[in-house]
Order: sequence, then C-alpha cells, then structure tokens
Amino acid sequence: MYPAMTPFLAQSEPWISFDVAGLAEQFWNNTVDGLAQGGIYALVALGYTLVYGVLKLINFAHSEVFVVGAFATWLTFYVLGFRAGVTPELSVVEIILFLGIACVVAMAVSGGTAVLLERVAYRPLRNRNAPRLVFLITAIGASFAIQQTLRLIFGLNQQPQIRLLQPEPLFRVFGATVTNIHVILIVAAVLLWFVADYFINRTRLGRGIRAVAQDPDTATLMGVNKERVIVITFLVGGLLAGAAALFYMMRIPQGAIYNGGFLLGIKAFTAAVLGGIGNLRGALLGGLLLGLVENYGQSLFGGEWKDIVAFVVLIVVLMFRPTGILGESLGKARV
Amino acid sequence: MTTSTVSAPRKRRFLREQWNNLSRPAQWAILIPVVVLIYFLPVLNPPLIATTGTDFPTAMFDVARYALVAIGLNVVVGQAGLLDLGYVGFFAVGAYVAALFTSPNSSLAKLPYLWTLPLAMAVTMIFGIILGAPTLRLRGDYLAIVTLGFGEIIRLVADNVDPLRGQSGFERVGTDADGTPFFANATAWYWLTVTIIIVVLLLVGNLERSRVGRAWVSIREDEDVAEIMGVPVFKFKIWAFVIGAAIGGLSGALYAGKLGFVNNQSFDVITSMLFLAAVVLGGAGNKVGVLLGAAVVAYLPLRFVQLAEYNYLIFGIALIILMIFRPQGLLGARQRLLARGRQAYQRLLGRGEQISGESALAADTQGGPR
Repeated sequence: MYPAMTPFLAQSEPWISFDVAGLAEQFWNNTVDGLAQGGIYALVALGYTLVYGVLKLINFAHSEVFVVGAFATWLTFYVLGFRAGVTPELSVVEIILFLGIACVVAMAVSGGTAVLLERVAYRPLRNRNAPRLVFLITAIGASFAIQQTLRLIFGLNQQPQIRLLQPEPLFRVFGATVTNIHVILIVAAVLLWFVADYFINRTRLGRGIRAVAQDPDTATLMGVNKERVIVITFLVGGLLAGAAALFYMMRIPQGAIYNGGFLLGIKAFTAAVLGGIGNLRGALLGGLLLGLVENYGQSLFGGEWKDIVAFVVLIVVLMFRPTGILGESLGKARV
Repeated sequence: MTTSTVSAPRKRRFLREQWNNLSRPAQWAILIPVVVLIYFLPVLNPPLIATTGTDFPTAMFDVARYALVAIGLNVVVGQAGLLDLGYVGFFAVGAYVAALFTSPNSSLAKLPYLWTLPLAMAVTMIFGIILGAPTLRLRGDYLAIVTLGFGEIIRLVADNVDPLRGQSGFERVGTDADGTPFFANATAWYWLTVTIIIVVLLLVGNLERSRVGRAWVSIREDEDVAEIMGVPVFKFKIWAFVIGAAIGGLSGALYAGKLGFVNNQSFDVITSMLFLAAVVLGGAGNKVGVLLGAAVVAYLPLRFVQLAEYNYLIFGIALIILMIFRPQGLLGARQRLLARGRQAYQRLLGRGEQISGESALAADTQGGPR
C-alpha cells in the first residue's frame, strides 16, 4: 500500500543487533557484572517487598529514599575531605573505615527519610482508611516532592563522582575479570540480605512484621503494636536502600543526580515482582536474575536497549506468573 | 432518616443540584455564553489573566491540549478506576504518527494533516489493546507500574530506533506538500482544539450515560461485585483503556501539529505525572473537574513564570495534601451508577440521591492498605 514503507524498514544501519557472538564472548564478564548490579537491585527490592508485605502498598517513593542515600554518601565523602577526580592513597583499613562511615550515614539518612515519609504521607491516610489508589497517588506526590527538593539543593546536573577506590582487577574466573568493587558489592549485598533475612525470620520484631503481614487484626489482638511494626518496616527498607545507595555510588562512573532513583527504583520493583513480591528470598533471587538478564541483554542487543530489557521482563513476568517465581509469602511464614 | 443526615452533603452538592434543577434551555443559556467566552479568550487577551512569558494564544493552546489529555485520562482513571501512569506513551504515539506521515524528514508517504488525526487515534487504540490485553487482568497497583514501564518503553524506543530520529526529531510536522503549515497562528490551533474538546466531551458524556459508562463505574466501585453481577469486567476495562488511549493519541497529534516539531524529549515520566495530577487535582470521574484540573496544571506555571523553578515541588506537595484532606479532588466524581435509582429516590423522598456521594478515590472500600 505504501511503497515508501520499504526504505523505512530497511535502513542501511541496523538499529538493533542480535550479537550472539558478542554475548558468548562477554558471557562471564556479564555474569560477574550482573551479579554485582543484581545485588544492588536486591537490596532496594527488599524495601519494596517488606512494605508491600505489610501494607499491600507499592511504596512508589522508595526510589527517592534510595537517592537521598546516594546524596548522603556523596556528602559524607565530601565532608571527610575527598574530592572528585582525586583518588586518595589509602590503606585497606582506612578504606573499610571510611566506607563504613559513609555506609552508616547513608543508612541513617535513608532510614530517616523512609520513616519521615511514613509519618507525613502515609499515616494520615491509614488513619482515614483511604483506598489503595489514594495511597499510590500520595506516594507519587511524595516522590515528586523529594526529588524536586534534591534538585533545588543540588542542582540539575550530576555531582562529580568521588571515588575512594578505583576498580582494580583482582582475579579471573572463567575468563571474567573480577574487580575489587565486584567483590565488595556481591559480598556486602549477600551479607546484608542474610542479616535482613535473620531479622525477619528469627527475631521478635521480625515475628511482629510477619504477623502483621499475615493478618493485621489478629496480630493486634495478640498484642503486636501495628503502628510500631509499620514504622520498623519502613525503617528497615530505608536502611537497606541507604546501603544499596553506597554500593551504587561505588559502581557507577557518574555521581548522584536528583532523578537517578526513578530507573533504579522501577527496576528494583521489577526484581521484587520477578521473585515474588512480599517474599524476602524472592527479592534476592529476582534482583540477581534481573541484573544478569539485563547484562546479557546489553551484550545481545546493544547498550541502549539495556533498560528496555528490564521493562519487558516486568511485563512478561506479570503476564505469565503475576505472583513471581517464588510466590508472595511474607505473611505465609513457615518458620 | 431524611432530615438528620442530609445537611453536610447537601451543602457541598448545592451548586450541582441547582444546575441539575435548571431547565434545559436555561442550562444552554448559561453554557453558550461561557463557551463563546472560552473561544474568544485568546483574542480578547484579558489583562491579569494573560501570560507574560509565552504569548497568550500559545498558552491557551497548551491549556486546551492538557484539557483534552485530562478528558482521555479521566475515562481510564476517573471512570473505570484504572491507574495509568504511562499515559504519555499514548500521547507520544499520537505525536509520532502525525510526525511520520506529515514531516519531510520521514520516508513514509505524506498525508494531509487532518487525516493523521483519525489515523493517530486508530494507531493508539491498537497500542491500547497491545498494552491492555496482557495487563488489565492484573491488580490495580501492578497495573500502575506496568503502565509506567510501558511509557518508558515508548520513550526509549523513540530514543533508540533510528527511523524515529531520536533527539534530532521530525521538523515541519503538519505541513502539506509545499511546506506551508496547517494553521499559521496559535489562535486557530486553539479553536480547533477547543472544538475537538467539545465534540469529545459530548461523545464521552454519552458513553458515560450509557451501559458502558455504568459498567465502568461499577468496575471502579468494586470489581469483584461487578464481575459477579455479570459485568464483563475485562472487556469494559479494555474499552476504557482503548478509548482513553485514542483521546491521548489525538491530543498528541494536535500537539505535534501545533509545535511543528517532534523529538524524544517531551514524553518523559514527569509529563505523565502532570497529566495524572491534572485529573486527580480536578476530581477524577468528573469531566468539569478534570477540565479545571488541566487548566490549573497547564496554566499556573505559564502565568507565574517566577515560580517555574518550584512548580513540580509544589505539585508534589499539593498532591500529598490533597490526598489527605480532599482525596476526591477539587470537584468530586459525579455518581452515574444509579441514574434510575436517583429518579426513584427523587420521587420517593423529594430530593436527589444520597447514595455514595464520594468517588472510588474517597470511598471506604475494604481494598485499601491496612
């Protein structure tokens, strides 16, 4: 019908590639990179999953909790006297010390933001017994407000990145180069996940969280303080997001930017859904899987398609298995 | 039973009741001058109201464009209660359809600009089905995230697929073969858009009063009950989605034609959120309300340019405060579920219906987070 359609489709330069050879060549590198990236997704996904498990609410503003942590990291480094473009000469002990300080600050700031968010935006709605849509729109409003506050303080552009340590290859696995940053990221993410898992499944407070997730009314009757459990849930999610922000800052080449949370937030949510939202193990599995898939997709289709891969995964998962790989189960605790 | 509970809602509904009690000719007598006034606003260029930064007809076109988007999104969010965060995706599809068929930068066959309007609607409807069919079976909050993802996919595709020209974009959109633009000045574009808005309002209004509209409201109020009562929920959700998409696409095509230039920069998530803010602010489910909301969202930043720096921040805070204190928006939803029931009530009790004056956004449904 339209003869002009042919040149439209047959461009001289292909705009999408199926670089199977490239994927095969990069496979192990992608795996290591994907696991490191996936560890960050998993930590942020835990925040979505916990809040969803307890409140059945998609905390849309969680991505902003993460970004606040990223800025807190940057500010901490700045205050400690590090500057962009200068790699300081530090011993291992000093690096661990400074990273530890930044981690504590980022976790505290993110956790504080999450609790504040709960207090200011969500609690009044809960007291009014508002329906779901209202929560979601409030969350969007809160996300906007935090993001724009950051923009007004730090400006439109990316902060120059401050690095405490440069990525240095440590060893090789199956031909993949593993850098010091990869090791720190994967180890720390898995460690933090184990701490979170222990907290939820083995402690008294964690039992309260699971009880409220399972049945809030009965839990209240059994003497669980629901409001306190909700605050703690937001706090734990925020703490993990803060830690994730530090790792993220170590990994990315550019510095923090006010709207940097959006993409990461939606991917972390994808990870949570992929593993089964409301399910702690699902968050870890989903995060790592998404990190891997995204990196393989990047090699296969080209870097500019990386983000689309994540969104397509989200839609496909929701189409075929809306409860995720492991199913939704924070409330249906077996322990 | 009758007198004790009426006073509070009655006060709020006073204006609406008064309006409903007017005779048809009296309603027309008020409406027609208002519409004429709206048409002549850019010509009159009234002091105080006129914008300083942008020229006034262009600002008015922007307001009209937002109003059209808000009407479309209102079908999805306000009528059927489906939270769509990727509405800008449909808007973008409409704009790109107009661009692909009219811009000299595109290798596709050229069409007269007016033809691209129905074409844009048809294409966005197809996109609505593509997105809706797999996702509308999901629970409401999942749908929100998936639509958000869809909006981003559209934007990223526009970034990455070379024939869509990424940031360099399409120039001279809406021009005919010898390069003259479809309308020379913004006022004409404004008139075209307002006319389209009136037509769309009539069509959507008729839909709302029909079986389709009642099905939408029932889905919004309680999906499970609607399903049990025999409403084909999925089918009507798709319809809401597709009709909303078509109106979004139409608005996108108008935007592309007016601006004459389309690239990937104007379809980001923030725009999507502004569209939603317009609907929620004005009152989801209320056509007059969303028009008001669109006017507020589009007009205020243009009028008060000195506040432009803060306008997103203000919108964010306004959304939070609004949801806490007046979740149904500036004007609440018009309840259309009980058209016959209302008449029965009036006959029985001599007053308007009092059942569920709040929209789904404000009602005490059991579905909310605990």
